Amino acid sequence: MNSLDFSVLLQAWPYLWSGLLFSLALTAAAFVIGMMLGTCFALVQHFEVPVVSQIVRSYIALVRSIPLILVLFWFFFLVPIVLGHLSGNGRPVPIGATWTAFITFGLFEAAYYSEIIRVGLRAVNKGQFEACQALALSTFDTYRCVILPQVIRVASPIILSQTIILFQDTSLVYVLSLTDLLGAASKLAQLNGRLVEMYLVVAVVYLAISSAASQCVASLRRRYALGGAHR
Amino acid sequence: MFGVLFEQTADGQRYIDWLLAGLGWTLALAFFGWWIAFAVGVIVGIGRTVQNRLVTALARLYVEIFRNIPVLVQMFLWYFVLPEILPSRLGDAIKQIPPPWGSFFPALVCLGLYTAARIAEQVRAGIEALPKGQTEAANALGLSPLLTYRHVIVPQALRLIVPSLTSEVMGIYKNTSVALTIGLMELTAQARQISEATFQTFTAFGAATLIYLVLALIAYQSMMLIDKAVRIPGSTPAKDAVEPILADDVQSGTALPHGMEVVK
Repeated sequence: MNSLDFSVLLQAWPYLWSGLLFSLALTAAAFVIGMMLGTCFALVQHFEVPVVSQIVRSYIALVRSIPLILVLFWFFFLVPIVLGHLSGNGRPVPIGATWTAFITFGLFEAAYYSEIIRVGLRAVNKGQFEACQALALSTFDTYRCVILPQVIRVASPIILSQTIILFQDTSLVYVLSLTDLLGAASKLAQLNGRLVEMYLVVAVVYLAISSAASQCVASLRRRYALGGAHR
Repeated sequence: MFGVLFEQTADGQRYIDWLLAGLGWTLALAFFGWWIAFAVGVIVGIGRTVQNRLVTALARLYVEIFRNIPVLVQMFLWYFVLPEILPSRLGDAIKQIPPPWGSFFPALVCLGLYTAARIAEQVRAGIEALPKGQTEAANALGLSPLLTYRHVIVPQALRLIVPSLTSEVMGIYKNTSVALTIGLMELTAQARQISEATFQTFTAFGAATLIYLVLALIAYQSMMLIDKAVRIPGSTPAKDAVEPILADDVQSGTALPHGMEVVK
């Protein structure tokens, strides 16, 4: 057993830090894209828009039953081709692994967030819709001002837990050779040979961030729980 | 479209043989990993509910650690780090394990222990959802704590959580693909290899996707059958189990699956 030498960390820290920032940026972007798209997906299913809702439903079922790594490979292959068709000249547009990762995680997480929001929509009391009708709110205002805020509030602990899982899942961009926290550590480990220290540090950083975030979610849940009022 | 799968590869097999070999590794990992996860998960889940403070704290620590480190990082810890921090003779022996098995066993342990932490939380929720009267009745009958868990608490809790275990079954077979990062040629890795060898990316990934879809369907249907067979009479049928925990999570604001609310 070689003795552990954590002094390499001093040199490694700036690079690891930039990797961590990338992980966090990817998480944030995927959260924003995923929530916006996911809300649209959920509403499409809620209103049972013909054809579109079937397409959305199959997309969600498909994405939820194959591994994220395979989804990453798919998008890595498909996105340049689709962009090529959209831009009209038919040739694949190389956009690089970084953009692929952002697009993939956004679209992938949309499937998960939309399931959470869809179920939340079903849980809203019928009386809320009736009250909005009585107040002559338009459908748009009904959802924007009354229904969705309640859904988001009730579902927020699950949405946040899903986001913690998302943060952990961003480590999978390793397969696209991107420099997220884990990618940075593994590239450094190949250079300086201190593989054990690097991976241990990464594990500790993920552990600290994720468990601190879970504690926050748990205390939020206790503080802001709608005490059964939404039944 | 899938014609290319039946062409000869450089090593004299057909590409579909590569896919099937990959499927074999995926299934082996998911199946054996599941039983490790289930055994450890039930024990840790029970550990979180017992009176002994030390045991509760240890069980909680286990869940916190294994749930909050990404599965890919855990994979690297088992594969790269463990042999280095063990005594050198043992570490070298681990490194000597021949290729497929040298990746398979770390992946198996990793997936098993990772999923165990998630199952432990479900088991704990199931146990906590049981009415107190069950334990009290068992005490009144003079059952020891061990016998109470063995004959009264655990069997009921397990029957309650079958719907929510469905998502863990789906989780473990999807996570098998992470094993490709430590060199195990499972289904996703084989699909990528075929796409690199033939440039028929659409076919290769399409075939793998179809196989994963069929696996998901089989896993889902068999969990439904198991749930139907062992459901406690009178508890709510798991009709909504398409989104097992979520539906009830949103409604009740707790992590308890639907059936548990009724039992309470």
